[in-house]
Amino acid sequence: MRRDVFQAIADPTRREIINLIAFNPLNLNAIADNFEVSRPAISQHIKILMECGLINIKKQGRERYCEASLQQLNEVSTWIEKYRLLWAEKFDRLDGLLNKMKNDTPL
Amino acid sequence: METKNETSIKAEPGKQEIFITREFEASREIVFKAFTTPELIVQWLGPRELKMRLDKFEPKAGGSYRYVHIDPAGNEYGFHGVVHEVLAPERVIQTFEFEGLPETGHVVLETARFEALPGNRTRLSMQSVFQSVTDRDGMLQAGMERGVNDSHSRLDELFAKELV
Repeated sequence: MRRDVFQAIADPTRREIINLIAFNPLNLNAIADNFEVSRPAISQHIKILMECGLINIKKQGRERYCEASLQQLNEVSTWIEKYRLLWAEKFDRLDGLLNKMKNDTPL
Repeated sequence: METKNETSIKAEPGKQEIFITREFEASREIVFKAFTTPELIVQWLGPRELKMRLDKFEPKAGGSYRYVHIDPAGNEYGFHGVVHEVLAPERVIQTFEFEGLPETGHVVLETARFEALPGNRTRLSMQSVFQSVTDRDGMLQAGMERGVNDSHSRLDELFAKELV
């Protein structure tokens, strides 16, 4: 299965988990309290988020806290930017064609 | 020479859409023609390192299209779709499917709108709606891979120039 940032943010529950812990690390129980779905389901989401590199688990005494690792999210904007450049390049070429067409077409 | 118009993109996390907008220094009749005329579309739509071949192109309601990008090694990447509406010079609505995916059925609904601006200019707004967030993100990811290839080929060109 894919394990990348896109996979991580594709699911609404995972997006909410990231929002929840963005500025404030929480333990698994505290996270699960915010959701209707079962604790094992939340565990599974957290496991996926860990595998995607968006969450780190920190041990403090007996407690394990989930901490967001948000620099990974930059990957998404990089991909969008590359996709934009792909189109920008086509359109820059289209500019040249449009100029030619303007000169060829009597108005 | 005027500076190039900016291409802007919007692809919000967790959504199934990509929006692209761009303005052009030509009337929308001319821009529309460049989008809907076979001899013209092949001159700009292909990624720059690939050749483009139009197998079929029927820009009318109920028509269909298929085109192929060919890389320098001769590999072909096919795309096809069905045309829903062509309303000159305002709007084109069509489906889009990349034939290179492991399974068929991942179809995109594409709408291109052409808006007349003062001074014989045109604003193009393209909306692509995917069937799932995963489909959309896969497309963005593919864009990155091609983008990387493209910047490699640009580097190659640069190196070639330096050698001359």
